[in-house]
Amino acid sequence: MKRVLSSIIFFVALVAIWHFVVLTGWKPRVLLPDPFAVGEYLKASLMDGTIFQASKVTLWRLFTGYGIGIILGIPLGMLTAKFRFIEDTVGVLALGLQTLPSVCWVPLGIMWFGQTEATMLFVVIMGSLWSVTISTDNGIRNVPPIFARAARTMGAKQFYTWTRVILPASAPFILSGMKQGWAFAWRSLMAAEIFVPILTGFGLGQVLQYGRDLNAMDQVIGVMLVIVIIGLVVDKVLFSPIERLLHRRWGTGKA
Amino acid sequence: MPIKEELYFVPPAKLRIDRVSKSFATRSGTLQALDQISLKINEGDFICLVGPSGCGKSTLLNIIAGLEKPDSGETLMDGKPVTGPGRERMVMFQEPALFPWLDVLKNVLFGLKLKPNLNNKERREVAQFYLRLVGLEEFAHANIHELSGGMKQRAALARCLAPNPRVLLMDEPFAALDALTREQLYGDIQRIWAERKKTIVFVTHNVREAACLGNRVVLFSPHPGRVREEFRIDLPHPRDINSVELAKYASRITRALKGYENSPGTEMAE
Ligand SMILES: Nc1ncnc2c1ncn2[C@@H]1O[C@H](COP(=O)(O)OP(=O)(O)O)[C@@H](O)[C@H]1O
Ligand SMILES: [Mg+2]
Repeated sequence: MKRVLSSIIFFVALVAIWHFVVLTGWKPRVLLPDPFAVGEYLKASLMDGTIFQASKVTLWRLFTGYGIGIILGIPLGMLTAKFRFIEDTVGVLALGLQTLPSVCWVPLGIMWFGQTEATMLFVVIMGSLWSVTISTDNGIRNVPPIFARAARTMGAKQFYTWTRVILPASAPFILSGMKQGWAFAWRSLMAAEIFVPILTGFGLGQVLQYGRDLNAMDQVIGVMLVIVIIGLVVDKVLFSPIERLLHRRWGTGKA
Repeated sequence: MPIKEELYFVPPAKLRIDRVSKSFATRSGTLQALDQISLKINEGDFICLVGPSGCGKSTLLNIIAGLEKPDSGETLMDGKPVTGPGRERMVMFQEPALFPWLDVLKNVLFGLKLKPNLNNKERREVAQFYLRLVGLEEFAHANIHELSGGMKQRAALARCLAPNPRVLLMDEPFAALDALTREQLYGDIQRIWAERKKTIVFVTHNVREAACLGNRVVLFSPHPGRVREEFRIDLPHPRDINSVELAKYASRITRALKGYENSPGTEMAE
């Protein structure tokens, strides 16, 4: 309760400072609207469904691409950890591509897939896949070999050992790779949506860019707020519970 | 499947280790870890393998477990060659090797899940039986990191016992524990050995521990790993590690071990 209260006070103060800066006239209101104007915009666009529609488009791209990234990344990481040959080939490739900011895939995506959803999915997949692959590989290499030996004495065969011992034992690593992949995917999707008009759907990034074109800064800031809130919600709803579970099991993190 | 049968009926097995040799390739050439080891272990024996670090005790235990293959020779259980790991020979390692993503009960259930002819309710009953046996029934739903070192080894012991193996292989299971906890576990393991009728092969470098637990103590010497001598400990179980008779055995064994250090490479001193 006390923590909720301190959060509320903090954000109220932040909005107050914002409002105060607007009042000083540091920038004209066209460029820096006051909080109420942004609130008005958000209210209106929530009512007419713009934000809802755009969020739906964006989140569909994000979750579909991210899901594919995970579904491909985990087995790929298992393969690089297990086979020397794949480690020396695909493993090196993954390591290299992970350092590449995934927004760099946008031009190529447009050339290959045009201004379609496929380009967006491509960017999101490239953003998340390599992080998940590398962290899975890393996690598996960090599993104490004694776990697999213990499992074998209890009658576990290869498949059972992989699914019931090695993957769960790597879970903390895989989760951190998934979080990183999420962050990469989310950022590059926003960048892609802002810079590439996609004909098949109108995402949050495009609404934001639209606001810029219309010189409507209340819209730009409003959409930014929505983007921040989505990021926060995903972190709290998707990752935090899993993280808490892992911390509780492993006895790591804060007491 | 009647759960009574699952819990009570399993005769201990006998083991025969027949001229087992094993070497490892290392950077400085091949290392002969085990050289023609032969041992006969009878049904229900509590046999302790004692020797300094590096004399191949763990290697031999892993070979008996089926986790490693010998270069030559073989291990027989009740006359049948050991070809791989199996539930009838469970291993308890020095580190508890418990799975941190499972609670205590689920750890114990892990091995049972792979056992056919039991339904889930029976599996839980079996797991709870063994948790009671090692005194951890209160901690069934505790996370692994919440257990003390001694409790972790108890949980590991319950997990090894749950599939009802005929042979228990223990590799310095108490070496990392404090003396007080260790003494409690000496009592427990003797009681469980008597109650559950297992053949136990127990590796240690602690002479007193070996004399306290085993009815036979086999001495190893290193480079290459060989069986040097065997002692029978004719004291009734349960034994107290601090008793005077036990100290006499222990000092005889210690003297024998020291003897090999002074005369490397000599044959069986008997
Ligand atoms: N996988 C391995 N590779 C190379 N050398 C090994 C391996 N396992 C054991 N050894 C060597 O074999 C010898 C016996 O090891 P071990 O069986 O662990 O001895 P102990 O358990 O008696 O201390 C040691 O010198 C050890 O370094
Ligand atoms: Mg050892």
